[in-house]
Amino acid sequence: MAREALLDIRDLSVSFTGYRGVSRVLNGVNLTVGRGEKVGLVGETGCGKSLTVRAVLGLLRKPRARVRGEIWFAGRNLVGLSAGELQLIRGREITVVFQDPMAALNPVFTVGEQLRDVIARSPRHQASERETWARAVAILKEVALPDPERILHAYPVQLSGGMRQRVLIAMALVNEPALVIADELGTALDVTIQEQILQVMRSLVDAKGISVLLITHNLGVVRETTDRVYVMYAGSIAETAPTADLFRAPKHPYTQGLLASVPKLTGEGVPRGIDGMIPDYLSPPPGCRFAPRCPFVQPRCQQPPPWVEVGPDHALACVLYDGAPTGLRS
Amino acid sequence: MRYSTYLLQRMLLSVVVLLGLSALIFLIARVIPGDPARIALGPLASRTQIASLRTAMHLDEPLYRQYAYYLGGLLNGDFGESLYTRRPASADLRELFPSTLELVVYAGLLMVVVGIPLGILAASYRDTWVDTTVRLISLGGVVTPAFVWAIVLMLIFAYALGVLPVAGRLSPGVVPPPVVTGMITIDALWGGAPSTYFDFLRHLILPAVSLSLAGVAQAARLTRASMVDIAGRPFIEAARAFGISEARIALKYMLKPSLIPTVTILGLDFAALLGNAFLVESVFNWPGMARYGVEVILHKDLNAIVAVVMVMGLFFVVINFLIDILVGYLDPRIRLRQMEDAA
Repeated sequence: MAREALLDIRDLSVSFTGYRGVSRVLNGVNLTVGRGEKVGLVGETGCGKSLTVRAVLGLLRKPRARVRGEIWFAGRNLVGLSAGELQLIRGREITVVFQDPMAALNPVFTVGEQLRDVIARSPRHQASERETWARAVAILKEVALPDPERILHAYPVQLSGGMRQRVLIAMALVNEPALVIADELGTALDVTIQEQILQVMRSLVDAKGISVLLITHNLGVVRETTDRVYVMYAGSIAETAPTADLFRAPKHPYTQGLLASVPKLTGEGVPRGIDGMIPDYLSPPPGCRFAPRCPFVQPRCQQPPPWVEVGPDHALACVLYDGAPTGLRS
Repeated sequence: MRYSTYLLQRMLLSVVVLLGLSALIFLIARVIPGDPARIALGPLASRTQIASLRTAMHLDEPLYRQYAYYLGGLLNGDFGESLYTRRPASADLRELFPSTLELVVYAGLLMVVVGIPLGILAASYRDTWVDTTVRLISLGGVVTPAFVWAIVLMLIFAYALGVLPVAGRLSPGVVPPPVVTGMITIDALWGGAPSTYFDFLRHLILPAVSLSLAGVAQAARLTRASMVDIAGRPFIEAARAFGISEARIALKYMLKPSLIPTVTILGLDFAALLGNAFLVESVFNWPGMARYGVEVILHKDLNAIVAVVMVMGLFFVVINFLIDILVGYLDPRIRLRQMEDAA
């Protein structure tokens, strides 16, 4: 990585112990986000994207979830920090814009009340009520909400989905964190509103130099918003590349399948999609977890796939490229 | 529609409910077999005596005229004479209701100040020994009738340990405060007699605790269940992701939405205490309305039965109205929906 990494996840594994046995969901995730960089993390529902977020935030409940590996953030390993130390980082240095604007705001408190508690978390916070209020009004203006005073006095039910999403962005950005994680930003909204939300978000993080980790299954959003992409499949990273490279020349069979699943407006008929489903985490396939669905499956796929560099910042986990010179096309 | 208009509407509806209740209890009281005049006068009374009492009570007239007399009386707060005590039923109630109300209010207070915190505690330490203990105790509270608690507590604290009085409202020799409201708490403190108040409190502990235990248990269970439900909502995880402290999440972001279902049901439980008070009042010889209610039913004392039922009905209606206001305060969605509907 040319840039200094702000977030550096190394070999992160998360497993849960339940009645039916141990589910090994995250299986050695490696991921970095540089300062000021916008990184996408894509994959199907259930592949472990949101779990990665919760691991970074330290929101996994200890007795049930087992976390191994390292999560380096601004020079500290978050795995192994105490609950109190993690709480100091959440909401100040790392914040989240939540997926569902209908559900992520507390219905029985006004927007102002909730925003105020977030602002109170700021290390720069001055105790004065008036300053907090002014800060709240200012951030709502920044996310282009009309009539901020009225919105601060409103309850979430009185706002539209788009307005609530803007409020959530305001809450995530008001303390000027180093990293903001956007979990399925705008996917609960209709397309025109989604576009506006993405624009607001983009201009604000660019202006403030905030790094972004964008979690989504929407490839269109990734393409227009991010610098670099990680493709995740069943708990590990399948492929990573600069966004433009990934869309131009996807290499991993899963990435190729994922890109082929996107419906196009050009009338090429129904997209192909990928047969099969994400494996059961209680008994995942040995070796490559994508092998049962892979059209190029080989005997070697019974072993864990190698991590192969195929170009600048472009690498993937697949035997097809093992030992071959870079630039090989499948 | 404004929220105040909505509340006004609810209040008018309550009046309709009370009217319906008055008609219902009027009919039921007259459907029960047995001649009230005969029961009141006893087996030795002559036919003429009975006939004249029937005329005095309008029992020889058609039902709709009886209902008209009855309703006219109700509107003036006049329930007629009790055949059991030979006094106006309203005078009986004026004496007895405050004492029951006092018992019920203290029991209700215990439900809230003991039950809800226990529920919060259990939810905050979910699946630990704290939670298990609270749940076991509350299960015991819910399944055991109040009169069993009354007897058990009386045996332990009044008989075996002898630390609390067995029965009554005041110790012998303690002069009751001059009657202003009929509630000793207020009368004693108002009259500047704190020692009387403390003597009364000692008498109150056992009946109030036995009456409230089921409600305390219910409050703890409801609060716990509701907080556990809320704890799984995305907005709680969101609050956590913003680094809000666990204490603030539990006592603010989880508690307020959790209280909405709890308050609704607790309110009904509180109103129901009025009826449940009967056995507790009997066990502790508490001069209250619930005991009186059962006695007049056994004597088929029509006017007194109706009076007791109407007072209880009024109490339910008032409590329900207060719950509506409280829930509206807790849940803006209810307040706002009322406004949207009319808009």
